Amino acid sequence: MKPLVTLTSRVVVLPNDNVDTDQIIPARFLTTTTREGLGEHLFADWRKDPSFVLNRPETKGAQILVAGNNFACGSSREHAPWALVDFGFRAVVSTSIADIFTNNAVKNGLLPVEVDEETYTKIVAAASAGNDEVVIDLKTQTLTLPDGHSGRFPVEGFARHCLLEGIDQLDFILREDDAIAEFESHR
Amino acid sequence: MNRTPRTLFDKLWDGHVVRPESEHHPAVVYIDLHLVHEVTSPQAFDELRRRGLKLRRPDLTVATMDHSIPTLFDAGEPRYADEQTRLQVDALKRNCEAYGVRLYEMGEPGQGIVHVIGPELGLTHPGKTIVCGDSHTSTHGAFGAWAFGIGTTEVGHVMATQCLLQRKPKTLEVRIDKTLGLGVSAKDLILAIIRQIGVDGGTGHVIEYTGECIASLSMDERMTVCNMSIEAGARAGLIAPDETTFNYLENRDHAPKGDAWERAVSEWRTLRTDDGASYDESVSIDASRIEPMVTYGTNPGMAIGISESIPMSGGSERQALQYMEMSEGDAMVGKAVDVVFIGSCTNARLDDLRQAASVLKGRKVADGVRVLVVPGSQEVKRLALAEGLDRVFLDAGAEWREPGCSMCIGMNGDAVASGQLAVSTSNRNFEGRQGKGSRTVLASPLTAAACAVSGKISDVRSLM
Ligand code: SF4
Repeated sequence: MKPLVTLTSRVVVLPNDNVDTDQIIPARFLTTTTREGLGEHLFADWRKDPSFVLNRPETKGAQILVAGNNFACGSSREHAPWALVDFGFRAVVSTSIADIFTNNAVKNGLLPVEVDEETYTKIVAAASAGNDEVVIDLKTQTLTLPDGHSGRFPVEGFARHCLLEGIDQLDFILREDDAIAEFESHR
Repeated sequence: MNRTPRTLFDKLWDGHVVRPESEHHPAVVYIDLHLVHEVTSPQAFDELRRRGLKLRRPDLTVATMDHSIPTLFDAGEPRYADEQTRLQVDALKRNCEAYGVRLYEMGEPGQGIVHVIGPELGLTHPGKTIVCGDSHTSTHGAFGAWAFGIGTTEVGHVMATQCLLQRKPKTLEVRIDKTLGLGVSAKDLILAIIRQIGVDGGTGHVIEYTGECIASLSMDERMTVCNMSIEAGARAGLIAPDETTFNYLENRDHAPKGDAWERAVSEWRTLRTDDGASYDESVSIDASRIEPMVTYGTNPGMAIGISESIPMSGGSERQALQYMEMSEGDAMVGKAVDVVFIGSCTNARLDDLRQAASVLKGRKVADGVRVLVVPGSQEVKRLALAEGLDRVFLDAGAEWREPGCSMCIGMNGDAVASGQLAVSTSNRNFEGRQGKGSRTVLASPLTAAACAVSGKISDVRSLM
């Protein structure tokens, strides 16, 4: 996993609340047995609309997706973060992000950023004004807008450590082998 | 002795911590049962292979095929939707063989939707930690197990270590007083709960359902409630085990037997929230005020009682109404229905099929409506056949299929066509969930059957 320390990028704003994982990647694309190449199907049904935000040339190359409240609710499919990462996103920003998605995202180098209402509104406004280069700093857990407004966001400490260092969580659990064997011996 | 009063969830947590959490890392939590299916496992098996790791506890791992398998067969041969789905099912077979995992294959007794077979086989016990690469793993919480959905990377973690990294979630008590009225079922109850607390009302929390109403529910009904905990954003849903739970489990294939059974039950009896223990949050609902519920939008919280009309909405809800071709102020009753789906891990157990059949018996499906009935498992199918429920469905003009997820997710070719309105007993009414462009109304098996008969969204109580 590539470490993620700071990220400077323009944003793509998808203001809908409750964007579910079936929208991020519809079920018909889950018949794959690999994790590669899913970016092509990201928001497959919405992308059919030529005016959909990801089809606009000015959003090309943006690495931060900003979405409405309760982002990525629904299914546990890790295909959702895989598709976002494959498409080029490294962070998602919302006022609330679903638990399972958050769990999946951090394991794939995708940073979930939960901001307060005020920061969210400011990002949306900045994006509609076309001045939307945002800096996300994982060390200080801050997101800063071009006008200098800065909001803090929470990240679970271990996930943060793993993202900063590019550490794989499985290696950490594998080191607990003795404790696990000990636990099993009492069952 | 730990004298501090604890919640049911505290007890489940305490019983599974291999290494406690600290500021620097989450707890290492032991997993007692890992359920596996074809969609979220292939990349995890590949990861084991890539790292040269063993699957630590094949004996605690059970696999089935459900999501992408066909529900129709030609002369005994499964009619796959496409080559990809066949390859996915084959990959599961090969992986289970290679890693020594017990797989319940298509057509074999025991096979079915992963959350239907766990309890049926007696694998789901009170007090266990149960995970699966599937968000509706919350279903198993109906037995007083801590059961939750995980992503594929974590599926790999469990395969390799039988453990997961977890921060202790908060607890939310949802207390349901009084009992449900005639024609109102567990599905209506959970839709009413989600409407009240919201689709993110459970985020960060494990819900414990308590109260008189919950105690009166059968296991099949309790599973319906816990199944949709994830639809309120919750990490898991729980119900304390009681006599209903023990009666359900006794003598099932993988349930303890003899003395071991007695010991297990006396231990399971301790799995309840102690007097004086406190939840982080509590809400309560009066079950007697709940009507049959239907959804009108594109998330399960957009639900109303059958006699209400669609409320005023704002923001994203507008877009949802547009997608659903519905308007504020409209009644749901009377809207024409194209498809009725009776199935899924929410509502494809014997109780559910019996309820649907009670409405369809002696009646006919309305002209032009397609009705698909898909039992949740081979066992549900067997019991339904023994009672002649298949005949009731077929005589009414419904299709009766082989077990699987089917039209709940539409991966196997059983899909709702674009623009069609489906009344479905499943759990998600997301845009396109049942097929590209499909519009879904979530409802109970009773309501779904009533809609099948009238060809319109209907109040089942008028047929009772
Ligand atoms: S029936 Fe539907 S919700 Fe349940 S496991 Fe299958 S696809 Fe998921």
